[in-house]
Amino acid sequence: MIALVVRVENQVNRRDVLRLGAAGTLLASAALASTAGLAACSTAGPGAGTPAGASGGGGGSGGGGSGGLVFLSDQLSQTTESQAMRVQVLSGFSGGSVDFISFADTTKFITQVVAQAKAGAAKVDVIGGLQGDFVSLQAQVPLRDMSDVIGQLADRNFPRAYLDLAKIDGAYRFVPWITATYLMAASKQALKYLPAGANVNALTYAQLLAWGQALKKATGRPLLGFPASPDGLIKRFIQGYLYPSFTGGLNTAFDSPAAVTAWQWFQQAWAVSNPQSPTYAFMQEPLQSGEVWVAWDHAVRLFDALKSAPGQFVAFPAPIGPKGRGYLPVLGGLAIPATSKDVTKATQLISYLTEPKTAATMLNAEAWFPPTGPGSLPPGLAPGISDEATAIQATVSSPATIPAQLPVGLGAQSAAYDKVFVDAFTAIAISNAPIPATLASQATTLQGILHAANAGCWKPDPLGSGVCKVG
Amino acid sequence: MASVSAPASQRRPVTPSARPRARHRGWTPYLLLAPSVAFLAVFFIAPLVQGIELAFTSTSGQYGLATFHSMLNDPGFLSALTDTLIMLAIVLPVQLVLAMAMALLVSSRPKGSGFWLYVYMLPLGVSELTSGIVWYSVFTQQGWLNSILTSLGVIHAPVIWLSYSNSLLIIATIVVAEAWRSTSIIVIILVGGLDAIPREYLEAADVFYASPWRKFWHVTLPLLRPALRTALILRTVLAFEVFATVIALAGGSLSVLATKANNAYTQFQEPHLAAAYGVLIMALSVLATAIFLAGLPVREERLP
Repeated sequence: MIALVVRVENQVNRRDVLRLGAAGTLLASAALASTAGLAACSTAGPGAGTPAGASGGGGGSGGGGSGGLVFLSDQLSQTTESQAMRVQVLSGFSGGSVDFISFADTTKFITQVVAQAKAGAAKVDVIGGLQGDFVSLQAQVPLRDMSDVIGQLADRNFPRAYLDLAKIDGAYRFVPWITATYLMAASKQALKYLPAGANVNALTYAQLLAWGQALKKATGRPLLGFPASPDGLIKRFIQGYLYPSFTGGLNTAFDSPAAVTAWQWFQQAWAVSNPQSPTYAFMQEPLQSGEVWVAWDHAVRLFDALKSAPGQFVAFPAPIGPKGRGYLPVLGGLAIPATSKDVTKATQLISYLTEPKTAATMLNAEAWFPPTGPGSLPPGLAPGISDEATAIQATVSSPATIPAQLPVGLGAQSAAYDKVFVDAFTAIAISNAPIPATLASQATTLQGILHAANAGCWKPDPLGSGVCKVG
Repeated sequence: MASVSAPASQRRPVTPSARPRARHRGWTPYLLLAPSVAFLAVFFIAPLVQGIELAFTSTSGQYGLATFHSMLNDPGFLSALTDTLIMLAIVLPVQLVLAMAMALLVSSRPKGSGFWLYVYMLPLGVSELTSGIVWYSVFTQQGWLNSILTSLGVIHAPVIWLSYSNSLLIIATIVVAEAWRSTSIIVIILVGGLDAIPREYLEAADVFYASPWRKFWHVTLPLLRPALRTALILRTVLAFEVFATVIALAGGSLSVLATKANNAYTQFQEPHLAAAYGVLIMALSVLATAIFLAGLPVREERLP
């Protein structure tokens, strides 16, 4: 390039070259500016405009569109997931075309639905979200009462626990669609070290600790594992499993004596856990490599291990604590905005998405489980996947469960709320800080967050009026 | 130097035709510079100003030092600061010695030196995160390093290199990964500096039968000072920004300032806190640059 310029300089008048360069620069700048302007226009489109614009349906404001249904969700937002949703799941819907639009950011998803409903220009036909999303939505804009649709879909056998979760403000606001929860998975070679009399399906926290200690004693290696990397879900273990199982609550028991006992249990379990746990985001990987033999994680994050080597691993419910089996039911549902113009077609789509055949496709393609009761799994599942599905059903239907909810009503404070638990974990487990002092200091922060969000208590804490009081 | 202005009679007459040309030439450089200035303004200066403003604004929108107060009280702030400085204190000399050896090797022009320079440069094409993931597969418990050591009979059970309980060992693995990835940046600068040293100086040293070590210490090193200074400044600033390698190898076991900034922004959605960490990193980088500029002065008469 330089050589070329030098040669040009020798042949042509130097000033001419400079002039040409300047003209080119101006043109390039103008082009850049106009591109930036266009980009600004196009980014403003989906944010302020319609989902049809976001799906790239040909541009223009009027749009008319293809006449298809618009299905908005904050789930399945990864490229492979949304692609599988369009190609493998929605392509089988006979009621017309469906524009599936997914948001990676829940706040943006909720803003989009609320903005459309308030503007009275709803272009969304079906909303797919998690239970907590619907609680937030219902608080801002009315969702349609779905009792009639649930009545039509009686043959789907939705368990009572899920239907109870779907009831918001005295009516069913969504139809259960997909579910998952957090499970334990273990390498089969670990089973022989189970404490005497222990049954993996009814394991207690004390037995899990004894199991980890026995594994370390026998092999010389710490073989329990938790997903404690920044991308891991250790915070959900603490919020939805450890606290409810030991204290029966969460925020209201944050620094109670029972919480101190829970953290003491965790410190002991952590001592027999692989010290590389802070690098684990998905426990399926250390399980497959053999670095960990017994792990807790989200069902989706254990999926590959159980699917690829079903003979090597077993899946079972999370342990039972002094107060019961605390667990986080992750329930996704399908709702229709109250302003929807084509309820019949939207209902058809919901019916299709909850069919057993579609549920099997969802499970194989997306690793999301159907919200069905024991003994009603979709047909044709691979052995590892059905093991996981059975473990989920066993968790949901076991008698001593304490279902916890994901944080509700925190809005912009959600991340700060999670940080309290991550900081407590880092201080107690990684830095060996004293438990009562750590909990007392984090309790102050926690109360501040709940006050800032003006958030009431949610399950498993007793529901009441006013801001939830940290105890 | 006193300047003597030429008498008016000797000045070149300004012809009417020369004037517009001169004016035209006056604008051309600015027009040519305009795109890069615009680029810097949009992508560097504007975010910088925005970042500083964010750092000095509290979440309630008031100007002040509240965010910095939150940063100082952020759990793990002190350990992140000390771990950053420890990492820097180890990685800098290690990379400098390695880069010097590699640069001297390349500059001595042995057979195939071009090939070796190419090999040294290869890691530059690898992104920081990719490098971190590759080194994670080396250091993880069932990784390459333990497999090789076991097959050689050096160890009987896998060593846990990335254990949260041994932060110095984790820092050592980060140093290895960083040395592999970014030493070549220093090599490039040093090779340029070595090539700029006139051969006459070394030949003069040969005349006096100076040993290779004396030639290096008394001739090469002093003349290489400007390049060394640039390399040190660049490497220090880049070391403050390392975060993907730390996230890949240490996960939640250990934080440096850059990972704290990243986590504050992405995981905990606290842009003000993230900006405060960013401003601290910038202040430390400026301080380190000032120390290198003051500690390694370059005298013009000593320039090659």
